[in-house]
Amino acid sequence: MNDRTYDVAIIGGGIVGCAIARELSRYRLKLVLIEKECEVGFGTSKSNSGIIHAGHHSSADTLKGPLEWAGNQHWDRLHAELDFGFKRVGELMVAWDDEQRSILDTYLQRGRERGVPGLEIWEKDRIRKEEPNVSRHVVAGLHAPTAGVVNPYEVCFSLIDSARLNGLEVRVNAPVQDIQPLEGGLKVDTAQGPVLARYAINAAGLFADRIAAMAGVGTFSILARKGEEYLLDKRLKGLVTRIIFPCPTPTSKGVLVIPTFDGTIMVGPTANPVLDRSDLTTSMDGGEEIFEQVRRTVPGISPRDCIAEFAGLRAVADGEDFIIGPTAVKGFINVAGIQSPGLTAAPAIAVRVAEILRDEGLALEPDDTFQPAVPKHVIMADLDTGAQAAKAAKDPAFGRICCRCEQVTEGEVIAAIGAGAGTLDGIKFRTRAGMGRCQGGFCTWRCMELLSRELDMPIDRVTKRGGGSWIVCRRDGEEGAPS
Amino acid sequence: MITGKPRHLEKTYDVTVVGGGPAGMAAALGAREAGAEKILIIDREETAGGILWQCIHNGFGLHHFKEELTGPEYAQRYLEQVLEHEIDVITDTYVADMDAGRHVKIMSGSQGIHVLDSKSVVLAMGARERTRGAIRIPGTRPAGVLTAGLAQKFVNMAGYLPGKRVVILGSGDIGLIMARRLVLEGVEVLGVFEIMPHVNGLNRNVVQCLHDFDIPLHLSTTVAEIHGRDRVEKVTVAPVDEALRPIMDKAWDIPCDTLLLSIGLIPENELSQRINLRLDPVTTGPVVTSTMETSADGVFACGNVVHIHDLVDFVSQESDLAGQCAGEYVTGRRRPADNIRLVPGDNVAYCVPHTISSDREHTIYLRVRRNEGKCAIKFGDAYQRKLRYVFPAEMVTVTMRPRFLENFHGDSLRVDVVPR
Ligand SMILES: Cc1cc2nc3c(=O)[nH]c(=O)nc-3n(C[C@H](O)[C@H](O)[C@H](O)COP(=O)(O)OP(=O)(O)OC[C@H]3O[C@@H](n4cnc5c(N)ncnc54)[C@H](O)[C@@H]3O)c2cc1C
Ligand SMILES: Cc1cc2nc3c(=O)[nH]c(=O)nc-3n(C[C@H](O)[C@H](O)[C@H](O)COP(=O)(O)OP(=O)(O)OC[C@H]3O[C@@H](n4cnc5c(N)ncnc54)[C@H](O)[C@@H]3O)c2cc1C
Repeated sequence: MNDRTYDVAIIGGGIVGCAIARELSRYRLKLVLIEKECEVGFGTSKSNSGIIHAGHHSSADTLKGPLEWAGNQHWDRLHAELDFGFKRVGELMVAWDDEQRSILDTYLQRGRERGVPGLEIWEKDRIRKEEPNVSRHVVAGLHAPTAGVVNPYEVCFSLIDSARLNGLEVRVNAPVQDIQPLEGGLKVDTAQGPVLARYAINAAGLFADRIAAMAGVGTFSILARKGEEYLLDKRLKGLVTRIIFPCPTPTSKGVLVIPTFDGTIMVGPTANPVLDRSDLTTSMDGGEEIFEQVRRTVPGISPRDCIAEFAGLRAVADGEDFIIGPTAVKGFINVAGIQSPGLTAAPAIAVRVAEILRDEGLALEPDDTFQPAVPKHVIMADLDTGAQAAKAAKDPAFGRICCRCEQVTEGEVIAAIGAGAGTLDGIKFRTRAGMGRCQGGFCTWRCMELLSRELDMPIDRVTKRGGGSWIVCRRDGEEGAPS
Repeated sequence: MITGKPRHLEKTYDVTVVGGGPAGMAAALGAREAGAEKILIIDREETAGGILWQCIHNGFGLHHFKEELTGPEYAQRYLEQVLEHEIDVITDTYVADMDAGRHVKIMSGSQGIHVLDSKSVVLAMGARERTRGAIRIPGTRPAGVLTAGLAQKFVNMAGYLPGKRVVILGSGDIGLIMARRLVLEGVEVLGVFEIMPHVNGLNRNVVQCLHDFDIPLHLSTTVAEIHGRDRVEKVTVAPVDEALRPIMDKAWDIPCDTLLLSIGLIPENELSQRINLRLDPVTTGPVVTSTMETSADGVFACGNVVHIHDLVDFVSQESDLAGQCAGEYVTGRRRPADNIRLVPGDNVAYCVPHTISSDREHTIYLRVRRNEGKCAIKFGDAYQRKLRYVFPAEMVTVTMRPRFLENFHGDSLRVDVVPR
């Protein structure tokens, strides 16, 4: 170990790694986060339902249960400190018959024991009034006002921006390839060179079992369970105002109708095990299953309204629970098997990890210079015309529309590039440019030009999301961007 | 290339034209001819001319200029007239919003953000392309899946290729034109796949762009799956059954790095929705009268924003009329209001305009739903005309003269295309 040794190296920049990095940046520590992809948050944390679960879903005899509710309670503070969108829209778990009604009671009981406030059974009339587009065959529902929605990638970016502001170093495009225990710490080999650290946190999501094996503690394995999600046209905005859950049955968790933070409706997810951990394909069957099931809950939804679809992979450990804790290798800590409700629980997991580090001998001295807030970034579409005009008068780039569907200006895209976006998807998930109806038909070229200009790279080196995802190639027969 | 620059931006205009494509320019000229004084064209691109700048092939203007021009040449001719007639053009400027009182909010890199007042507004925003989301192709989501129009922009405007081995899904005109364009650029075009049993583009484009270049066309066949993590690596294609579902036993794989989509255009009607215009569920564009006026007072519409045209000449013709009527509106003149509604019947998808007046001549544009050989178009019992053949891909135009309606006393006319 030497003076370039980090106190803690966090492996994996998903929501879990980002939340841990942000939590640890409160203390006087030298921190590094190591991510294999070109941007943080591009693993499972980008492709999920974006729900902050109400707190009563997971059962008490798991690690998930208490962390779900503990996590839920962190979100108001995080939302106040960091500049991301979060709304407690509430959820409604609906039952079609009396047998299912008793399941609602079980969940009600579980939530009350844990202290989840506001839980209430709604009868038919109330449901009709509050959610008129929910199926008329629904007989009762359990309302949970504590459930919320976020754009999960946005949360990752806010957490990482905050952690960086407080001293975190981030290495992207740096897959971890080997880990060796050394005297007083670990050597973490990445594709960009070795990193020395006293402690290493394994938050590598789907690949956490491989990272653990590299460290010599391969005691568990991860199974990928795929979930497909389908986004619907803006036309259906407001169809439901709460997250609608069908009553879970022993065989199926059911398909949800989710009013996303942006208001558009999303339906999903499926749940199917897959062997290939990079398999993010959507399928004909998946789509059919979703739309068929969803018709029972909200009959107004049809596949015709689908504008985009994606799939995410849950990292499921043997035993189905989270694996959080120290290992036989001194300084190597697992945060693995973080399947749903991992997004919800992430802030509580981060606090738990800080406690584990303290127990393992790391001194946590609060850093008086810690800044909880991040500078607000401008979202032109949210300002009124007067404020927009003032902003554009100061900087003309904020007057020039880049993405017409979401009304994102060139100024916002340039700011996103400044904050670390280096790819088209990086811009898209930071600013929404390219997320609207035309799916980038209009702004792709503009964003490519801006990336090329701001990062001083030839336009044929611009990628969708790093690696071999090149967009254009040159006429002279040369291939596109090398992988 | 020439661009118009306003000497200065006024607070109020007689006629504000949203969109400076062929529709917007023709409308502005029409308004000038009708006597409107302060006319402004707003376009979000750096130059007015719309989609024409990237259509560097020829085939434009045969009807209007009686000669064959390229897209940019056609645009240039209009732009010259626009400037000659001292019509203000501001480019690099996006119309972000408007209200029914015709207050138009602009956002501009060069002019900043302002709200303008206008006595009359002409909507000429054109259309955008349908994307992958609209048709739900299963598989991965790699780079290399893009619309044919975006590929056209890469090649013709920027000088880059979208890929080296290309499969095209959909047989719309843009896809057909791009198939030829890419072959000329040395790209391998592995085939055009169309889910319907008939082509969606103009027949002349099938001949000149596919047959002449030996590019295979597969009808009743679709792309059933996309493969590749970072970039497209291959696509699975399959013939479809009657319900248009892929028959997977007969599927085959095509290694490629790019999938172009040419699956149709959708009128760009976000602004129309902002002011709650009545829209036609078939065209998805505004419902218009024979003066091209929408359901909002003083708001006119023309070009691809109303319905998708296959030839720019008809865009110019329709837009000239819209502009004339906008000009008449601001100078206080009105043509007699419409008294007959057109109702699409057998094998008619839609008619534009949606209403006509019995006292003057009209050009009626319509599209059929199915191919038909020898047939006739009938306007109730009032008028009928023989047609040699009809395709959904080719717009039908009919001139309706007052004398055809002399003995007609109803208030709606059913329009049918029937075999003879
Ligand atoms: C369809 C779906 C819906 C879901 N819905 C919800 C929901 O509504 N609410 C909720 O609370 N939870 C939900 N979840 C669960 C939630 O998304 C996950 O629990 C959470 O995103 C896990 O975060 P993570 O940081 O552990 O994993 P990830 O986001 O996958 O992060 C792991 C990171 O490690 C990196 N990495 C991997 N290997 C290496 C290496 N060798 N070197 C360096 N870096 C490496 C990866 O690139 C990745 O960025 C859902 C999950 C799915 C799939
Ligand atoms: C690839 C292709 C090939 C074609 N080939 C032929 C051919 O061979 N022969 C032929 O005759 N026709 C052809 N056409 C058809 C012809 O080009 C179109 O019919 C015509 O361009 C439509 O004109 P428009 O003005 O309605 O729309 P557009 O040309 O699309 O113009 C609309 C304009 O409005 C602007 N705009 C939109 N919204 C806003 C806003 N909110 N604020 C500011 N500006 C806005 C856009 O930037 C654009 O410049 C082809 C079309 C395409 C796409």
